[in-house]
Amino acid sequence: MSYIHIENAGKTFEENGIEFTALSEVNLDIEKGEFICLLGPSGCGKSTLLNAIAGFDLVNHGSVQISGKEVTSPSTKNVTIFQNYGLLPWRTVVKNVELGLEAQGIDKKTRREKALEYLKLVKLEDFANSFPRQLSGGMKQRVAIARALAVEPDIIFMDEPFGALDAITRMKLQDDILDICKNEKKTIIFVTHDIDEAVYLADRIVVMTPNPGKVKGVIPVPLHHFRDRTSGDFLLVRDKIFDLLNMKQEDNIEYTI
Amino acid sequence: MKRLISIKYVVVSIVILVALWQFAFTISDYSEALFPSPFMAFQALVEMIADGTLIASIKASMYRFIIGYGLSVIIAVFLGLILGSLPRVFNYVNPTLQLLRPISPTAWMPFVVLLFGIGDLPAIVIIFIAAFFPVLLSTVAAVSKIDDIYFRVSDNFGIKQPALMWKVILPAAFPGIANAIHLALGSAWIFLVAGEMVGAQSGLGYQIIDARNNIRADILLATILVIGLIGLLLDFLIGLAEKRILKAWGGES
Repeated sequence: MSYIHIENAGKTFEENGIEFTALSEVNLDIEKGEFICLLGPSGCGKSTLLNAIAGFDLVNHGSVQISGKEVTSPSTKNVTIFQNYGLLPWRTVVKNVELGLEAQGIDKKTRREKALEYLKLVKLEDFANSFPRQLSGGMKQRVAIARALAVEPDIIFMDEPFGALDAITRMKLQDDILDICKNEKKTIIFVTHDIDEAVYLADRIVVMTPNPGKVKGVIPVPLHHFRDRTSGDFLLVRDKIFDLLNMKQEDNIEYTI
Repeated sequence: MKRLISIKYVVVSIVILVALWQFAFTISDYSEALFPSPFMAFQALVEMIADGTLIASIKASMYRFIIGYGLSVIIAVFLGLILGSLPRVFNYVNPTLQLLRPISPTAWMPFVVLLFGIGDLPAIVIIFIAAFFPVLLSTVAAVSKIDDIYFRVSDNFGIKQPALMWKVILPAAFPGIANAIHLALGSAWIFLVAGEMVGAQSGLGYQIIDARNNIRADILLATILVIGLIGLLLDFLIGLAEKRILKAWGGES
């Protein structure tokens, strides 16, 4: 069986007595080391699916398994990176990176060394003693990435991590994350509503549609790093996604007067 | 330069107060013994300092204040952190708190004197009550308003109680708690005087009653001024401490 196995997973909420389906009948298998993007418009259940795999909000139909074990709660082996960073503002940058290491009972000196090593990886070693509020959005997210990597997780979940950043910073961070993740060989599940971002980053793109949230199709991306955002292959994959999302203009509309 | 300008404001403000007082003294028909001039109050102040009564009163008052206010803040924050983390338990505690909260601390005074007699305890109890409810309720509110993302992050990294309390909950709620502690200091100081007027035979509040009994309005007014000055000083000191902690915890400097 595959590393992450999702079978008939669904989630329904009840609000004011009306049942609402956030996610319906998702079947998905993810292998170790894959970079998966969950792509779709808002309300398609991509974040719901991510939270279900990460263990924050469990599904109420079907099953979600990691390494053959049903997911029941968040695990310290799988770290989530949030859109609004989740840094603790009362801790310095380096103390933020140490956060996960503290719970592992690692001694102070090793903790500091490890934190600085990962800060160096995200090129923020000069800001170790700054507070989060002194950093830009892109830098904050790099601290969150360093914090996640420091605990050496198996899976990294990213919930629209670059959604709050400007376009140029976002592209820069996309390159950084590709660099880091190819070196560290992590399994990554990345939620986004940005088609280009998904094509640029993913090994496979899970295209989702709303009402109810479901998987419309899974598109493998046969591109190799580094990817060229303007190449023909890139546009081809993009085209397939547009097709799945029914966003393509029909070419042969006949007009009769 | 900025400091000099703010000193200018302070000086002008106090000069105006003294001038109004002097003016009222000049036009009033009351006898000097009942309504003394600023200078007479100043003389009384010098007299109190010289014979040591003022220092003794301040010592007695500060002792009660530090014990009452200190215990109140520590217990209220501690309880507030726990109740804030247990909203279901708080639902049962809250109605009682809401019932007790609007009761003026002075209303408890006769009861406290009946139970404990005259001495340090009534004033300490009244200060305790004055600071307790605002700090407790603000702490609960501050904890319940903590952004859920901090709990998700803690959960994800395996941070459990009791580490969660002092690594995440306390610092996240601290700005709200500090604000309440600061505000409560003012009301605690106000009620100290009330407490000492009824339940004590020493301290600044008692000194006011004593001055009235001896018809020494100059001492009475001088004591009132001292109470104001100490209140101002305490407020300044706690403001300084608050700022330092907030800065150490990454807040705006």
